[in-house]
Amino acid sequence: MNSESPIKKTFTQESLKKQFRLSEFLAEKFISMIAFLSIAIIFLIFIFVFKESLPLFSFGSDAKAKTEAQATSANKPESYGTEPEGDLKPESYGTENAEDLKPESYGTETTKDLKPETYGSEPADDLKPEVYGDAPKEDLSVPAEDESVGAVSENQEGSDKTWNTFFTSEWVPVSENPRFGLLGLLIGTLKVTIIAMLIAGPLAVLAALFTSCFASKRVKEIIKPIIEMLAAFPSVVIGFFALMVLASFFQDVFGYDSRLNAFVGGVAMALAAIPIIYTISEDALAAVPKTYTEASLALGASKWQTAFFVVLPAATPGIFAALLLGVGRVFGETMIALMATGNAALVSANPFESVRTFAATIGAEMSETVFGDTHYSVLFFIGSLLFIFSFALNAVAEFYVKGKLLKKFQGK
Amino acid sequence: MDKVLNESEGHFFSSRKSTSDIKGKIFVGLTQLAVILIISILFIILAVIVYQGRSKFSWEFISSFPTNGMTEGGIFPALIGTFILVIVMSIAAVPFGTITALYLTEYASENSKFAAAVRFSVRTLAVVPSIIFGLFGLGFFIQFLGAGADTAFNGGELRWGQPNILWASLTMALLTLPVIIVSVEEALKTIPRELREASLALGATKWQTIKKVVLPGSVSGIMTGTILAVSRGAGEVAPILFTGAAYYLATLPGSLSDQFMNLGYHVYIMSTQSSDVEKTMPIQFATTLVLLILTLSLNVVAVIIRSRIRRKAK
Amino acid sequence: MKDIKIKVNDLSLYYGDKKALNEITMDIPANKVTALIGPSGCGKSTFLRCINRMNDLIPSVSITGKMLVEGVDIYDKNVDVVNIRKKIGMVFQKSNPFPKSIYENIAYGPRINGMKDKTELDEIVETSLRQAAIWDELKDRLDDSALGLSGGQQQRLCIARTLAVSPDIILMDEPASALDPISTSKIEELVHQLKEQYTIIIVTHNMQQAARTSDHTAFFYMGNLIEMGKTNSIFTKPVQKQTEDYITGRFG
Repeated sequence: MNSESPIKKTFTQESLKKQFRLSEFLAEKFISMIAFLSIAIIFLIFIFVFKESLPLFSFGSDAKAKTEAQATSANKPESYGTEPEGDLKPESYGTENAEDLKPESYGTETTKDLKPETYGSEPADDLKPEVYGDAPKEDLSVPAEDESVGAVSENQEGSDKTWNTFFTSEWVPVSENPRFGLLGLLIGTLKVTIIAMLIAGPLAVLAALFTSCFASKRVKEIIKPIIEMLAAFPSVVIGFFALMVLASFFQDVFGYDSRLNAFVGGVAMALAAIPIIYTISEDALAAVPKTYTEASLALGASKWQTAFFVVLPAATPGIFAALLLGVGRVFGETMIALMATGNAALVSANPFESVRTFAATIGAEMSETVFGDTHYSVLFFIGSLLFIFSFALNAVAEFYVKGKLLKKFQGK
Repeated sequence: MDKVLNESEGHFFSSRKSTSDIKGKIFVGLTQLAVILIISILFIILAVIVYQGRSKFSWEFISSFPTNGMTEGGIFPALIGTFILVIVMSIAAVPFGTITALYLTEYASENSKFAAAVRFSVRTLAVVPSIIFGLFGLGFFIQFLGAGADTAFNGGELRWGQPNILWASLTMALLTLPVIIVSVEEALKTIPRELREASLALGATKWQTIKKVVLPGSVSGIMTGTILAVSRGAGEVAPILFTGAAYYLATLPGSLSDQFMNLGYHVYIMSTQSSDVEKTMPIQFATTLVLLILTLSLNVVAVIIRSRIRRKAK
Repeated sequence: MKDIKIKVNDLSLYYGDKKALNEITMDIPANKVTALIGPSGCGKSTFLRCINRMNDLIPSVSITGKMLVEGVDIYDKNVDVVNIRKKIGMVFQKSNPFPKSIYENIAYGPRINGMKDKTELDEIVETSLRQAAIWDELKDRLDDSALGLSGGQQQRLCIARTLAVSPDIILMDEPASALDPISTSKIEELVHQLKEQYTIIIVTHNMQQAARTSDHTAFFYMGNLIEMGKTNSIFTKPVQKQTEDYITGRFG
């Protein structure tokens, strides 16, 4: 370049020199940091939920002391559970007011008053479901059958006692001899989930199929938002509807004994799961390339044949993901389970028996536990299980299904 | 299945087509039936709750305190508690969600592992059962942050280490975060690339472009996200069961460290633990009606705004 | 050759592994209009976007070679991309006014450069609009939304917006491709007037437009610069066979 150029140079090394812009730098760092928090929250959720259940895993003296402390507390029923950590006043948990208003709502105390037990008596004695945390309001409906089948809880001495009770079916968290049989809860949860999915799955997928394959554009624009509106119904509203209306209706129809049961809960949860399954399935169906349907129609297949034999199979991975997320929703649903399933941890295959799910157990009993005691830890442990389960479901839906879809549509 | 296909193909012009027609009609009929069933259940719920709740539903019901051991009176404190909850929740969740969405659309490069991890986390947050958020609120906010703050600043006196409206709101904020992120992200994506390029070509920096072009263009998206989050937060009960909701309070919460009443929790308590479930039935239905009006109307507003954004983008 | 504004040396651009520009070497004269022509997909727009580093926005793009503007390599790691874009303005194929008022559109550039004074801003808005020959049409409706303007007006507004940051070089990416003939001729006229003050590089697929507006023409084909020279000679006696084929309409 000739430097004698009469034109003033605008481009010089100096004027174009890299500038450090503080606001730019800070903005980027700040935004990335906030984004990182989303990841951190997932870890924190797991860590803190799991952390509270940690005492269960210390098989040493710590846990033993706690178990024993609890056992001795049986002598003074008023203070269910001693205060293991002095500085954190356990009395001040959520239920404080409830307690003031009507202390009789504490199932455990009532029952203890009724049939005081001495420590070391035959544990099979208090296998009655009435002992549960907040059972009293369901006095009428909780069946009082003897479900002593499979009672394995030998009164073992030792710190891993809690663990051993996990694989039994008795859920008697508040007693002189607490047992945390997760089996009954697991069966209850599975029962409700299966019932709900048997109803929600076909309904939602068929509705999605109608929306994306058969409905005219105008009809589609009407029904899609309406069905998705169902997602806006708070689960407590659905639970309330099930408790007040569905339960009585189904009892009239089927004539079973316990008004609140797995079936009522399952139907109500299906209502909660339908919009999720519907929306994701509909997306998956709509994502099937137009060329597929056109090719099928060009070959002379009718609309329904195309929908059933071409579109539906092509969208299978997406629909599978939708069903998985539906399962996740039902599995972890709390309010509907609390209000509509009867909350008795019975082991039975009968869909018209009361059940108690994992989530409902946490919801019902957490506010009545004492910080740090075994019951508290067990509830957090159940929470960890639920978290891991939903995390895994989501991971499968995300990675497996996405991979399948890519393979299908792009041949990668 | 294959058999059916072959049959109908093989006899395309034959009389067998009519059997395929019948099958088709049945199949299409089934899908229609599913839609009709879902929609009618939805309207039945609405109708029953409106019908049963209408007798008690009045201005007085909304604006007065419960009386006589919650067997009479209104739901004013529950309504106010819900409002405070969603406001504090929004204050926490909206900036947080908006910024995360900004990161995902503006800063994250396509193949970034970090961005993929953020996306996965957000989707995971959306499917974690709400009760888990409640547990987290109890374990993290109350036991860890709250109790920690009490030990450090209050000399061990219990103030923050117990359930209150702040912790409940923050717990709810985590739950509604994905709702906001998804909405804002969607809105950010509708802002044309040409506008960003125009700004950058004029010598604007990335942050200037975001501040002056991108964010103003996504205000309605942020609003949609906020409304949807509020609608969700107003209806969820499980996360606040043990992070701050109270059964009954004679006064309105005066500070963030107070407990609060909540519409959804009120419905739950009244319908399962009331001393006289039968007698308070109208109150329960009316409370549910108020809750439903609140959440559904917010949702309708959000859907309308969202469809406007989408139409604009086209 | 003292009036060379931009000197391109062996510039290659890759989208991932795919080479989109192949060792381009050319000189772009100052205060002249240089037209880049070629069939679509030939790399002319990609090359244009290299000059103000707009391709930086695409993560998979990598660039080798040198792009010297007045002797400064703008791809040097010590060079600030924001400052480059302030000096090298760009007008896009699709007019892209901000969804703001006409006034705010023009004032956008000066404002982000920290100008706050209202009278100064007013002045810049007026001179820019005058330069873009659109002041008379718009002076009474400066507060109206820019989105209400016609396509041709929007494009001239975008040119005015570019002028408001007082650049040295203006890049135009098919600025008239979406416009009607009258608006197109207005834009071409404008280009003609602006070259006294600015170095203009214009991408076009319209050969008449290139012939009418430019002083120099460069022909791109499949990522290669086939030929460059005075517009007259390119259009009358092209050296390369491919250029001739293209100009006579045998392909593209």
